[in-house]
Amino acid sequence: MYHAIVFLPLVGFLIAGLFGRVLGARPSEIITTALLFVSAALSWVAFIDVGFGDGATRVQVAQWMSVGDLVVDWAFRIDTLTAMMLVVVNTVSALVHLYSIGYMHEDPHRSRFFAYLSLFTFAMLMLVTADNLVQMFFGWEGVGLASYLLIGFWYQKDSANAAAMKAFIVNRVGDFGFLLGIFTIFVLFNGVTFDQIFPRVAEFADARFTFLGTEWHALTIACLLLFMGAMGKSAQFLLHTWLPDAMEGPTPVSALIHAATMVTAGVFMVARLSPVFEYAPDALTVVTVIGGITAFFAATVGLVQNDIKRVIAYSTCSQLGYMFVALGVGAYSAGVFHLFTHAFFKALLFLGAGSVIHAMHHEQDMRHMGALRRYIPFTMAMMLIGNLALTGFPFTAGYYSKDAIIEAAYAAHSPAGSFAFLATVIAALMTSFYSWRLFFLTFEGTPRWGHHGHHAHAPHDHEGVEHDERSRDVEPTRHADHEHGHHGDQMPHESPLVMLVPLVLLAIGALVAGIVFHDAFIGEGYAEFWKGALFTRPENHILEEMHHLPVWVPLLPSIMMALGLALAWYMYILDTKQPAKLAADHPILYRFLLNKWYFDELYDVIFVRPAMAIGRFFWRTGDQRIIDGLGPDGISARVLDVTRGVVRVQTGYLYHYAFAMLIGVAALVTYYLFRGAH
Amino acid sequence: MLGFGILSGLLILPLVGAAIILMLPGDSEASRSNARWTALFTTLATFALSLVAWARFDAGTAAFQLVETHAWLTETIRFKLGVDGFSMPLILLTTFLMPFCILASWESIGHRVKEYFVAFLVLETTMIGVFSALDLVLFYLFFEAGLIPMFLIIGIWGGKRRIYASFKFFLYTLLGSVLMLLAIMAMYWAAGTTDIPTLLAYEFAPGLQTWLWLAFFASFAVKMPMWPVHTWLPDAHVEAPTAGSVILAGVLLKMGGYGFIRVSLPMFPEASLYFAPLVFALSVIAIVYTSLVALMQEDIKKLIAYSSVAHMGFVTMGLFSMNEQGIQGAMFTMISHGLVSGALFLCVGVIYDRMHTREIKAYGGLVNRMPMYAVVFLILTMANVALPGTSGFIGEFLTLMGAFRANTWVAFFAATGVILSAGYALWLYRRVVYGPLEKPELQTITDLNRREIVTFAPLILLIIYYGVQPSPILDVFAVPTDALMQSVQATLATVKSAALAAH
Repeated sequence: MYHAIVFLPLVGFLIAGLFGRVLGARPSEIITTALLFVSAALSWVAFIDVGFGDGATRVQVAQWMSVGDLVVDWAFRIDTLTAMMLVVVNTVSALVHLYSIGYMHEDPHRSRFFAYLSLFTFAMLMLVTADNLVQMFFGWEGVGLASYLLIGFWYQKDSANAAAMKAFIVNRVGDFGFLLGIFTIFVLFNGVTFDQIFPRVAEFADARFTFLGTEWHALTIACLLLFMGAMGKSAQFLLHTWLPDAMEGPTPVSALIHAATMVTAGVFMVARLSPVFEYAPDALTVVTVIGGITAFFAATVGLVQNDIKRVIAYSTCSQLGYMFVALGVGAYSAGVFHLFTHAFFKALLFLGAGSVIHAMHHEQDMRHMGALRRYIPFTMAMMLIGNLALTGFPFTAGYYSKDAIIEAAYAAHSPAGSFAFLATVIAALMTSFYSWRLFFLTFEGTPRWGHHGHHAHAPHDHEGVEHDERSRDVEPTRHADHEHGHHGDQMPHESPLVMLVPLVLLAIGALVAGIVFHDAFIGEGYAEFWKGALFTRPENHILEEMHHLPVWVPLLPSIMMALGLALAWYMYILDTKQPAKLAADHPILYRFLLNKWYFDELYDVIFVRPAMAIGRFFWRTGDQRIIDGLGPDGISARVLDVTRGVVRVQTGYLYHYAFAMLIGVAALVTYYLFRGAH
Repeated sequence: MLGFGILSGLLILPLVGAAIILMLPGDSEASRSNARWTALFTTLATFALSLVAWARFDAGTAAFQLVETHAWLTETIRFKLGVDGFSMPLILLTTFLMPFCILASWESIGHRVKEYFVAFLVLETTMIGVFSALDLVLFYLFFEAGLIPMFLIIGIWGGKRRIYASFKFFLYTLLGSVLMLLAIMAMYWAAGTTDIPTLLAYEFAPGLQTWLWLAFFASFAVKMPMWPVHTWLPDAHVEAPTAGSVILAGVLLKMGGYGFIRVSLPMFPEASLYFAPLVFALSVIAIVYTSLVALMQEDIKKLIAYSSVAHMGFVTMGLFSMNEQGIQGAMFTMISHGLVSGALFLCVGVIYDRMHTREIKAYGGLVNRMPMYAVVFLILTMANVALPGTSGFIGEFLTLMGAFRANTWVAFFAATGVILSAGYALWLYRRVVYGPLEKPELQTITDLNRREIVTFAPLILLIIYYGVQPSPILDVFAVPTDALMQSVQATLATVKSAALAAH
C-alpha cells in the first residue's frame, strides 16, 4: 500500500511528462488527478490504521548507497507523524489537481503543469516517508526543484524566472546548513538512519564537538545546522525572501506548495527530529525566537500589501512562525497540529483567492476589486470560512491549533517563550486585521473595477503612496485574453464546478479539523495517537501546563481576533478614508512595511552584488592579469617573439611543432633510461 | 605471457581503426563518410571489448587483474598492463564517451575529416593506456602522448583563438610533466624498478617522498586542473571543437585524479598526509573562486569549464580527506562529472552547430522552439548542481562528508559551492532557455534531431540511474579503497605516535 501511495504520483509524472504531448492535455489531467485521488484515499486508510490502530511499520524499498559505515536505504518510515503528513500532502494535492483542471483550462502547457504537480507530490512524499536524513534531503531538494519549475511555469515572464531562481538559491542556503547538519549527525552517531540515531541520543547529551575551530555542545550545533535547512524551506526570518516572490507561480501552486505542504517541511523536519532537539535546549530557544520574530515580522508586512496573493503569502510565513514557536517550546504536537489544520484553511484561502483572480480575469490587485460579494457569492462564502479558521474564530480549526500555540508559549515560562508569547499575540491581532482587510477590500465596498481595462491602470494611490512593483503582481495577460477576448463584458463570474468542489471539501476541513482531531493531537489521546512518533523528555510537561493557565491567557487570542475584525471593519467599511490618511501620516513606516523591511534591497547590496563583483574581479584580475600575465602569457609571449620571426603561424607549423615535441620527449626518455639501466 | 590480452586489444583496436582511415583514398565526400563510419564502428567495438573486460573483472579483490607483461625497454622497464577497481571504471568511461564524440563530430567537422578521426582514435589509445599501464614509464608515455592529439584537435579544428589556446594547454601540461619525468627517474634509482605493483609495496624515505610528491603534484595539479594552474582549461574548452571539449572534460581531467590515487596517495602516504592541508586549501579556493568566476562568464563553454574546475576541487578534496567517503566519493565524482560535463558540452555543441556562437547574450527563450532541448539541458543543469537523484549528488555528498570528517573548515567552505553552483547554473539556464524568444536569428532554430536524441538518451539515463543506484560503480571502488586505507592507516598510526612522542 505504501509503495502505491508514494509511487503513484511518480507514475503520473512520468506519464504526463513523457507522453503528455502525445496524449494531449485532457488525458494527462485525468490520469494524474485520478492517480492522486487513489493515493489520497489510501493515505486516509493509512492514517486511520496507524493513528488509531497499530499500523506503524518500516518498508524497505532498495538500498541507495553503502560507503564505509555510511549505509543509506530507500525506505519508508511509517508512524503517526508520517501518516498525518501523507494525509495532508495527498489530500491537498489531489484537490489542487482537480482545481487546476478548471483554473488552468486555457493554458496551452497543461500537461506539463500537471506533470510538475505530480512530481512535486512524489518528492514531498519521499520527504515525509524518509527513514533517514539523506532520503529526506532527496525529497527536500526534489520539492525545491518542483517548486522552481512551478514558480517559473510561465517562463516567458522575466519576473517569474527571477522568482524561481531566487526560490531555489535561497533554499540552497538553507540546504547548505542541512548538509553540514547531516555530516555532524553522521560523525556523532556513525549513521544517518533514524533508527540508528534516536535510541542513542541520550548517550550524546553532553558530548562536545569541534566545529570550525570552536567547541560546541554537539547536539546543539547539529540541530542548529539542521534548523538552518528548515528556515530555508519554511521561509523563516532571514531566509523568507523567496516566499512572497514565489507567488509568481500559478495560484494552485501557491496553495499546494507555498501554503499547505512544502513550506511546512521545515516544521515536519524539526518534529521528526524531536528526539534530537529535545536534548538541545539552546537550539530550541533559537527555534522559538526565530519563530516568534517571523510570526511578528511577516504579519506586519501583510498589513499593507495590495496583492491578494502576497497578503496570503505573508500570512503563511507568519503562521509558519507560529508552528516553530510551538516546536521551540517543546509542544511539538501543537506545532504539528497547526501544520495539519493550516493546510486546510490556507489552501482554502489560496484556492479561494484563485477563484477571485479567475473571476477578475487575472487581476490580483485588491485595489481594483471590491463589492465582489454580489458576483461570486459562493467564493465569498468559502473565503469567509477560511478567514474564520485562520483568525481563530471559536470552534473552527485555527481556534484549536493557533490558540494552543499561544498558550504553549505562555506555559513555557522561559524568556524566549515570553517573547514568543508576546510576538504571537500581537501577530494574532494583525492576522485578524489583514485577513479581514483582504476580505472587505475584495468583497465589500464599491466596485473599483469595471470602468477601466484589465491591466491598463493609471498609477493608483489608494493608500496614499504609489505601489513600487505594480508590474509584478499580474498573471500573464494572454490567459485572460484567450478566454475573454471574444466576449466584451467584464463582469466577474463564478468559477466552474471543478474549482468549487475542492473549495467545499477544504472548507469542511477548515471547519471541523480542529474539533475532530484536537483531542488526539494535543489532548487526552496524545500518547495513544502519537505512539512515540513525537518524543518529549520526561521533564517536558508543557502539554500538561497548557491546561493550567490564568483565565485571561486562553481568552486573549479571541479578544485579539475580535479587535482586529473591528479595526478592519472600521477602516475598510465605515471610514474608508482612514487607511490612506494613516499611510500619509506615517510615510516612512508605511514604505518600510510595503517594501518588506527592505530585505530584498539589503540582500542585493550585501550578497548578490558583492558576489558578482568578486567574481568579475577574480576573473579579470585574478585569472587574466595575475595568473595568466605572470604565467603562460608571459612565457608564450617570449616564445612567440622568437618563433614569429622564424615560422609563420599556420596549421602546418603545428604539425611540425608537435612532431618535434614527440621526438624530443622520446629521445629524452630513451637517453635517461639507458643511462639509468647500464 | 606471450599472447596479447584483452587490454592490449583495447589499446590496439583504435589504432587499427586509425590505420584504416589513413588508408582511405582521397578527400571525397564518400571517403569522408567512410572515415566517419569507420571511426564510429571502431569506438563501438572498443566499447564492446571493454565490456568484455568488465565482465571478466572481479570487483571483489584489490589485486591487479587482466595483467599482461611484454618485454620492452629493459628487464625492469616492461610493457605491463593491468586494471584494478580504480582504473576499470575510468576505462569504461573512456570507451563509453568516445562514440558520442564521434557522433558529435558527424556534421560539425568540415575539413581534414580523416585526420580528425585519426587524432581521436589515437587519443583513445593513449587514454586507455594511462588507465591500464602498470609501469611508470609506460604510464608517463601515455600520459604525455595524449597531449599531442589533443593539441592538434584544439589547434587545427578549434575556434578563432585556437593557436593561443593550444599553446597555453601545451605549455602548462609540459611544464608539469618535465618534473614528473625527473621524479620517475629518481624513483627508478631508489627502487630499481618502475613496476607499479612493486613500487606500491616499496617504502620511500620520507625526505625523498616529499620531493617526489611535489614533482608528481606539479603534473597532476595541472591536469586536474587545480587552482592556480587552471587557466588553460577555460581557453582550451572554448576553442576546442565540441567533441574535444567532451573528451577534455570527460576523460583528460580525470588523469590527474587518477594519478593522485595511483601514485601520490599510495606510494607517498607520508608526504600526502603532510601536504593534505595544502591540497585542501587549493581545493576550497578552486571551489569558491571558480564558482564565483563562473557566475560572471559571458561565454557558455567558459562557464561550464569553470564549473568543471570547481567540481575537480571536490575530487582533490575528497581524495586527500583519506577516508572511505572521501575517496570513493571523489572517484565517483570523476565518473559522474565525466558523464555530466561531457553531456553539457554536447548540449552547448547542439546550439553552437545551429548558431555558431557561444555568447550567452545571443540566446534566450530557446524553450519556445526547442522544448526537448530545454528538458535535456534542465536535467543536465540539475545534475551539475548535484540535485539528489542525479549522479552528481552522490559524488558531491560523499566528498563533502569525507572532508567534514577530516576538517570541518574545509567542508564548510566547500559546501558554499552548493549555493554558488545553483547560482551560476540556474542563471545560465534562465538566460539561455527561458524568457520570450525575441532574437530574430533564433526564430527558425530547430529542436534536437534524431542523431542528437540518440546521443543524449543514454547519457541522461545513466546520470539518473547512477543517482538512484550508484552501487554498480561505488562498490567497485570499495575494495581498492579499503586496501589503500589500510596502507595509509598504517602510516597514519606511525606518524601519529611519532607526533605524540614529540610532544
